[in-house]
Amino acid sequence: MNAHFLSRAVSRCLLLLMAAATLVGAAGAADFDYALQPRRIADDTWVLLGRNEDFSIANGANIVNTAFVVTGAGVVVIDSGPSRRYGEQLRRAIAGVTDEPVVQVLITHHHPDHFLGNQAFAPQTLYALPATISGIARDGNAFAENLYRLSGEWMLGTEVVAPPQAIAPGPLAIGTHRFEVLALDGHTGADLALFDRGTGVLFAGDLVFNGRAPTTPHARIDHWLAALDRLDALAPRIVVPGHGEVSVAVAASAPRAIGQTRSYLRWLDAALNRAAEQGLDMSEALSLPLPAEISAFAVAEAEYRRSVSHLYPAAEQGALANSHRH
Amino acid sequence: MKFIALLALAGLLLADTAGAAGSALADPLASLRWGDMRKIFFGKARVVFDERVRVVAPLTAENPLNVPIGVDATALGDVRQVLVFADSNPINEVLRFYPERVQAKLGFRVKLQQSTPVRAAARTGDGVWHVGGAWVNTAGGGCTAPSLGSSSPEWQRRLNEVSARVWSREASGDDEKSPGQLRLRLRIIHPMDTGLVAGIPAFFIQELKLADEQGRALLRIDASEPVSENPVFTVDLPPGLIAGRVQVSGRDNNGNAIETWIEP
Repeated sequence: MNAHFLSRAVSRCLLLLMAAATLVGAAGAADFDYALQPRRIADDTWVLLGRNEDFSIANGANIVNTAFVVTGAGVVVIDSGPSRRYGEQLRRAIAGVTDEPVVQVLITHHHPDHFLGNQAFAPQTLYALPATISGIARDGNAFAENLYRLSGEWMLGTEVVAPPQAIAPGPLAIGTHRFEVLALDGHTGADLALFDRGTGVLFAGDLVFNGRAPTTPHARIDHWLAALDRLDALAPRIVVPGHGEVSVAVAASAPRAIGQTRSYLRWLDAALNRAAEQGLDMSEALSLPLPAEISAFAVAEAEYRRSVSHLYPAAEQGALANSHRH
Repeated sequence: MKFIALLALAGLLLADTAGAAGSALADPLASLRWGDMRKIFFGKARVVFDERVRVVAPLTAENPLNVPIGVDATALGDVRQVLVFADSNPINEVLRFYPERVQAKLGFRVKLQQSTPVRAAARTGDGVWHVGGAWVNTAGGGCTAPSLGSSSPEWQRRLNEVSARVWSREASGDDEKSPGQLRLRLRIIHPMDTGLVAGIPAFFIQELKLADEQGRALLRIDASEPVSENPVFTVDLPPGLIAGRVQVSGRDNNGNAIETWIEP
């Protein structure tokens, strides 16, 4: 191997990298504008769609869906986004649609892209399930640090705010809207879903992904599948997933996103258990090829590898326990 | 990313300078630490970079406490010892293994403190070290996080408990190239504390031996602190090597013994 050649190649790569960083930096630094555009999906109901990508400096961590409902007695917001800037821009986007004040911000779970916009809202409007509140208090700073690392200056000024109010499952009437709050788990230890009985819109948080591979850092797949059954039983007309396009029922058939998430999780669970049962080392499980229907999901390769890290140790313990134990 | 590229560039420049003086090899992984690694681990022995020594590792490690590594030096033949180390870890040496009768191949997991090359150096019968490796990027912190076991009485009760299983690769039909080859995987309950966390002394498995029913050595592993908590090892055995049980023995640095038999 010729060191001079390598050195030239590396410095060329380095120059490209620096040029790319400068470009991205320049575009972002101008205004750090997420260009949030609320889209009306049902009566009084608006969604702000994030990108189907991984966190990056280019997207400022805006890979998440947030939403709001204008109830006649104030605005209900679902998730506050990945940064203080996002939260502030979300407030402006809401103000562009209605004069009603924000009365409740429901945080679906304790992952950073869903709650790091909390600073933009009055503390007395912030609500979450009890385990989400303690999860944010416990892991919030580490999560925020990680997002600073991945998304850079977009995060400036962002600090962790745990919602002060716990919310309980059950009916929730605000203005003209009759919501049902569901306390589920499986994507994390506490996943809130919100169903609007009038419009048939289900805000599913990260229990549902659409067109993007689900993330699993705190997942329990058996619980997650049970939660999806609960969501199906609501017979929603429209599903707002945590990530990916809004999913709408066509004629008599249910919105597809719930079934799609279920299929992916079942495949993942089966693939990892099969690999462990065959005695594959974790490094071998990492490099297994993905079937076409799975690699069709956005960021499937990256999420699969992350999932091996999260879930394979338990799968191989199961396989080892099936044999000799001393 | 930029930082790594800078490091890589700096490494290459250094390697270039050293090359001009006629003493060092150009490190294909362009690590600033290679010169030190060479001095620490190899002294005056002959060292060559050799692509036949494969290190399979994720380019980006999701969990710095449990980074899967596969080392395969079987393409060399006549491998006496394989040393695995991570250039930028606070404790560089991960483990050494001596593939007495098994293949010169091992799967395991490692704790990484920051992004680093992970290298395997295989010493052949002629005394030459053949070095292969891979960069692993990680958020880091793996060596200075307390183990789960260090704070749990439940895990302490199960210290050095072994679970293991033997697969016939032919039977599972997923390795057509080596029919009859056996695979053995074992997991040992142990905190593998590095000693780098305040108030938690180093506590780790140092030696692990596999032998056949007649007591013939199959594999010896000298492990160090960076091996992950509750270590899992994957070992491949040539066809027909073992008929009966496999004996597992070893000890940690506090003298606690590991003793068990694995049924085929």
